[in-house]
Amino acid sequence: MEPGAVQTAVRDANLKGRGGAGFDAGQKWSFVPMDEAAIGPKYLVVNGDEMEPGSFKDRLLMEGDPHQLLEGAIIAAYAIQADVVYLFLRWEYRLAARRLERAIAEAYGHGLLGRGILGSGFSLELHLHISGGRYMCGEETGMLNAIEGRRANPRSKPPFPQTAGLWGNPTVVNNVETLCNVPHIINRGADWFRALSWTAEGGTKIYGASGRVASPGAWELPLGTTLRELLEQHAGGMQPGYRFRGLLPGGASTDFLTTDHLDIKMDFASVEAAGSRLGTGTMIVLDDRSCPVGMVLNLERFFARESCGWCTPCWGGLRQAVQLLEGLEAGRGREEDLAQLESLAAMLAPGHTFCALAPGAAEPLGSALRHFREDFERHVREARCPWSER
Amino acid sequence: MARIFVGNQDYEIEEGQNLLAACLSLGFDLPYFCWHPAMHSVGACRQCAVKQFRDEHDRRGRIVMACMTPVSDGLRISIEDREARAFRAGVIEWMMLSHPHDCPVCDEGGECHLQDMTVMTGHTRRRYRGTKRTFRNQDLGPFINHEMNRCIQCYRCVRFYRDYAGGSDLEAFSLRDQVYFGRHESGVLQSGFSGNLVEICPTGVFTDKSQKRHYTRPWDLQTAPSVCVHCGLGCNTIPGERYGSLRRIRNRFNSEVNGYFLCDRGRYGYEFVNSSHRLRQPLVRASREDSATPLSAAEALERVRSALAAGNGVAGIGSPRASLEANYALRRLAGPERFASGMSDADLRLGSVILEIVRSGAGRPVSLAEVRQADAVLVLGENPGDYAPLLELALRQSVRQQPLRDLQGSVPEWDDATVREAVQGQLGPLYLATPAATRLDQAATAVFRAAPDEIARLGFAVASKLSSRAPAPDGIDSGTDALAAGIAAALSQARQPLVVSGAGLGNVALPRAAANVVRALREKVPAAGLCLTLPEANSMGAALMGGRSLAAVAAAIESGEADTLIVLENDLFRRADPLLVERLFTARQVIVLDCLTSRTAARADIVLPAAAFAESDGTLVSSEGRAQRFFKTMPPAGDVRASWRWLGAMAEALGATPAWQALDDVIRELAAELPVFADIREAAPDAGFRITGQKVARQPHRYSGRTSMNADLDVREAQPPADPDSPLSFSMEGFQGQPPGALIPRYRSPGWNSVQALNKFQQEAGGPLRGGDPGRRLIEPQPGEQPERLEQEEHEPGQEQEGQEGQEQPQFKRPEYFPDIPEPFVPRAGEWLLVPLYHIFGSEEMSAVAPAVRQLAPAAYVALSPGDAAALGAPPGSTAELIVAGGTLHLPVRLLDSLPAGVAGVPVCLPGLEGIVEPGSFARIRSHA
Repeated sequence: MEPGAVQTAVRDANLKGRGGAGFDAGQKWSFVPMDEAAIGPKYLVVNGDEMEPGSFKDRLLMEGDPHQLLEGAIIAAYAIQADVVYLFLRWEYRLAARRLERAIAEAYGHGLLGRGILGSGFSLELHLHISGGRYMCGEETGMLNAIEGRRANPRSKPPFPQTAGLWGNPTVVNNVETLCNVPHIINRGADWFRALSWTAEGGTKIYGASGRVASPGAWELPLGTTLRELLEQHAGGMQPGYRFRGLLPGGASTDFLTTDHLDIKMDFASVEAAGSRLGTGTMIVLDDRSCPVGMVLNLERFFARESCGWCTPCWGGLRQAVQLLEGLEAGRGREEDLAQLESLAAMLAPGHTFCALAPGAAEPLGSALRHFREDFERHVREARCPWSER
Repeated sequence: MARIFVGNQDYEIEEGQNLLAACLSLGFDLPYFCWHPAMHSVGACRQCAVKQFRDEHDRRGRIVMACMTPVSDGLRISIEDREARAFRAGVIEWMMLSHPHDCPVCDEGGECHLQDMTVMTGHTRRRYRGTKRTFRNQDLGPFINHEMNRCIQCYRCVRFYRDYAGGSDLEAFSLRDQVYFGRHESGVLQSGFSGNLVEICPTGVFTDKSQKRHYTRPWDLQTAPSVCVHCGLGCNTIPGERYGSLRRIRNRFNSEVNGYFLCDRGRYGYEFVNSSHRLRQPLVRASREDSATPLSAAEALERVRSALAAGNGVAGIGSPRASLEANYALRRLAGPERFASGMSDADLRLGSVILEIVRSGAGRPVSLAEVRQADAVLVLGENPGDYAPLLELALRQSVRQQPLRDLQGSVPEWDDATVREAVQGQLGPLYLATPAATRLDQAATAVFRAAPDEIARLGFAVASKLSSRAPAPDGIDSGTDALAAGIAAALSQARQPLVVSGAGLGNVALPRAAANVVRALREKVPAAGLCLTLPEANSMGAALMGGRSLAAVAAAIESGEADTLIVLENDLFRRADPLLVERLFTARQVIVLDCLTSRTAARADIVLPAAAFAESDGTLVSSEGRAQRFFKTMPPAGDVRASWRWLGAMAEALGATPAWQALDDVIRELAAELPVFADIREAAPDAGFRITGQKVARQPHRYSGRTSMNADLDVREAQPPADPDSPLSFSMEGFQGQPPGALIPRYRSPGWNSVQALNKFQQEAGGPLRGGDPGRRLIEPQPGEQPERLEQEEHEPGQEQEGQEGQEQPQFKRPEYFPDIPEPFVPRAGEWLLVPLYHIFGSEEMSAVAPAVRQLAPAAYVALSPGDAAALGAPPGSTAELIVAGGTLHLPVRLLDSLPAGVAGVPVCLPGLEGIVEPGSFARIRSHA
């Protein structure tokens, strides 16, 4: 297959990026300049920095079948005619690192990496890069800066990495799960892949659930599996004594869904229509014995801590959010704090900030204020956290 | 041009620029922090949010950052939109979460951009109830005070320090709301441009430590437009004064010269004006061995008058650090035949060679703005960072030009982070040929280390590669030949190539080689520029005025032609060897006018206290040939007077008419007598200039204490001092708006109290001042002048020299190639060629008196290459004996890896080394180890 044919196959498969944004993978590749005169070297970066709270699907893929990821990465690199792959791995994934290192050595040993792969004219180097360990490194352009040895601040777009990425050269950044789909698309064809799902978006998805469900875990299922099926059949429902109140469908930086949404199909378009995002597809379930304010505070503390400090709404707004939520939890909350939190969530909108970190942080905050307003108000009224033990 | 809509009103504005700059240019008050006109947009602070609408039907719109939005035709925005206003107020609120609100004790208070923007956005009520984050501050040396708690994380400091000025010891550390802007550990900031942090920082994180030592509120400062006196570049400054002492120097914007920035020598050298080394009253000595007796100005003038009356002819030694007016006053008194320009023989020689080059039209002398725009540069001999520091800052911008141009507009130039991403740290051609390493080396394409004559030979070789008509040096080795070919190729492929040389090494072959390169280059690239630097604030003015050598004056004294010597603002021991100074001191009477004590003043029969730059007015001509007026910030105290006033009074005593009443009288006479200076009248409005019938007020309208500040001396409110010399008043009464560029005493506009108010003074944000930048170039080749054409036409030499007969003026020739190529340098046994080494702090006479500068100046030393030092048996730190014409010096040995064999480096002007070393001379060195 020519590189163009690989791109076409993946495009026809309608493979949406599994990192969270759901951008069409084939389309992403198509922005890479393919003419001979394009500046080189070109890069593929594998985003294995899975730092989204509640997400652990990429870890399972890398620990369980590192060869699958390498195969996907090699095919993707071939499709865009990349010269070098950086596999950017979360610092804490020690086991994955060991297994990947071994798999990479094996790939070099079998001539699947290096000069003239399998006697073809295509050469590819692959480096495993272990992250220093920051949430910002998982952001596409922050990751590029991190690989270059700079502060992991995001870059402004345009230009997009496909034309000006690592060291200013064409670069594609793909999520681990996205790439793991690629070998199967090539082996069995786009039609097969598309037919795996319940919806127009092709393929399967690794869904996960954490929280007070009976059997937390991760499951590969057709895209478009309903939330109800996921929770009831695969996660086994709630643990005894706990009632379902809501969930974050795809990691911490998505809007809450509630009982009203149990029948939506879990694909990118449907979840978005329901007012949230599929994100990583690994959900965090909120039960009735946990304080929603406390849960949001925990998340906002994470986001505030992980802000790179570049743009004011992020480093300032998240600090303010944490301070207000802490006040509520400590019984110091005031009526006007809720309005301020609401306006904060609105002000941290996409486009207002430099990258998507703060808008992501605003999603659980804003939706919690919508769905669990009464719980926030009780914190003010009772001047304490109703879930706290006296 | 694009038609854009701001709040439904349409405006015509240049397409492609960023919307923030456009809004500011249109006069809107749109708050911002991280954007800076010289450093462009990065979109960090999110303060300049506006609402953008798709079309006239779009009612919702979306918030965009103006600084990151390109101006395109039909763009429709609202600044006043409610959501946008709320967002901007929110940004300030976030910045204020941890800001200490310590304005009452903050040095920035009253001229703080953060204060202004807070008021502008309407954030008035503090809601945050949490604790504030706090930091430990660092000791960053004698120039900069550090108070990190005030930081709002706009990133301007590191972007200036690292990206713009090429520094490496200021970093952004840590993350979230705890980003720390500082050094890896406490210590002196290494950049020579660190003082700009004071003006770059929008709040009080980085403030002026020298000002802190004698702090005055910004609104209590009396200020006036001035010109820096600490090198030959003529950067525009605004000194500030209170209670008769100078408190600080700030940048005065001039888009052609220094732009937004100053060097640390220029910013912190001012304290010499307040120093205990000042001469503040007239002194007389009964004999040269006696100690001096103070006397009043009237008595002193009487003594001078009787000395002149009894004398038999006056000789005058002028000064390249004194104003044109002061030099002219002395020249008129002594007569052109017995007037020396006061430069050392080496500088006199260099000055006349440089003048000959620029006047001949061999190359256009470029402004610093043109240096910043140059896209390929060859530096022959100069170490700009230590000699004329702002030239280094300009060259650091020039190396960005070629990579920028290679982007071919694919990235908007104002999108700074993206441009830097696209450029990937590539630097355009910059070739540095110097005897020793410089700080600019890190930005150079290639460096060439050799003795001055060898550097000149490289220059001649480059010229010969560019034109077959240029003479080629013999015996060039193949490496140098290849380097010359590479340089020639880089220069000829550029659009605005530039050659930099000057008087720094005291070697006339260097500017000549530079002239040959530019002349050859102009056959291919007519826009090629030439930058020839001279050492002092008015060296070019002194060269243009002309005058005899010090030796000629000594001869005149010895022959009895003159028996009274008047020395103007000049320490002769820095200009000539002690033997020549002794010959000058054979005059019966020596009268010295100066602002600082010196070895010369210490032996004078009569010493008259001269006003320093901040207490006097006058005109200085920069290396570029730009005549610029400086005005007094404060009236001279006591018996201190401007030199031209002392000299005018002396002339009056001798019966000169008409007597000068004011500076304009001197300028008028000077411009009439020396036509080369005719245009200096245009350098600034004359003293009669008024706006709405008013003078421009030196004191801001908030100046406090007018009626009480001197009440301890006299409870009656004193009349403000009169100022017949300028259209500025020593008062808060007067014009407080925007005067012509040459008269701007401070930047302030309603709602804008910080230096950012400068936007309101510019034709467009970042552009030239309204009504044009101040100063008038005196040397201006005809537009489109080609060297070939010049050769064919009959050149009229010396047209400007009418009325200067009988002087040792260089005869200006048509621009021909200089044929005088020096011989190859051959190291001598037992003798070393002495080359001057410059230090930004210490190598300039007056700034070295300022405590902050003195603290960073090294002690005297002699530098040798490691090989030479080993051969001599002189390990580093051991004492060596340097035997020169003036005597024997004992100096500690320093090893300098970059120094060529056979060459010894001797620092310029450091204590103990003043005037000792004749450039180009050889000295014996003996080791004491």
